[in-house]
Amino acid sequence: MSNPGRPLSPHLSIYRWPITMTLSILHRISGVALSAGLVAFALWLFAASNGVMDYEAFVTFFRSWFGQVMLIAWSAAFFLHFANGIRHLVWDLGYGFEVRQANASAWFVLAVTLVLTLAFWLLA
Amino acid sequence: MSLRSPLSRVLGKGSAKEGTDHFWAQRLTAAALALLGLWFIISLLLNDIAEYTVLMQWIARPWNSVLLLLLAVTLAWHSSLGVQVVIEDYVHGPFMKVCALVLNKFAHIGVAAAAAFAVLKIAFGAAA
Repeated sequence: MSNPGRPLSPHLSIYRWPITMTLSILHRISGVALSAGLVAFALWLFAASNGVMDYEAFVTFFRSWFGQVMLIAWSAAFFLHFANGIRHLVWDLGYGFEVRQANASAWFVLAVTLVLTLAFWLLA
Repeated sequence: MSLRSPLSRVLGKGSAKEGTDHFWAQRLTAAALALLGLWFIISLLLNDIAEYTVLMQWIARPWNSVLLLLLAVTLAWHSSLGVQVVIEDYVHGPFMKVCALVLNKFAHIGVAAAAAFAVLKIAFGAAA
């Protein structure tokens, strides 16, 4: 190392976390969360098919604070995965790859997620 | 003309001709779920599904039964493709990886079967 003053990768002092990376990670996390939600979805139908007793038990659990937190998290995960999934499909069609477009669509997905989640629980 | 050696052909190596299957199935199920998911969210808002009798009547309506079946199967399919990629990314070692991948498929088919059974049972009026 003849020049200790040279910039060294990964340039941590000037590194800025890109919003597109956040969305990529969130897409995977929300997808895994929704896979767990799929079990709850099947349990919901199964409980209903088992009769009113089982269904009441199911509803009671999801009316508890713990159940409500799970439902809110799953709804947010759904809307994020939904909006970002459409973003991915648009990319698959070949549009929106410019850095500015990708950054803008990332923020747009976050905004849509927030609005749809709030709207869903206000209307529910 | 093929550049493959006779030995590789005999051993059955080379392309399995299904390289894009996973990609394509993931996109198709995604497009289907965009529509089915929207229908499901709107249905949740329009019906008081926490009420047992309301839910049963809603599920038993023919179009709702069909769409719910499609939703359950497509969700499980899309979910199994996604979890498969996550396993392939993070689970190392051939034995553990294969075990996790098989378990993933079994679990998703099981969940889909349970959900489909429940919908059909309610739709055909067999639920208590």
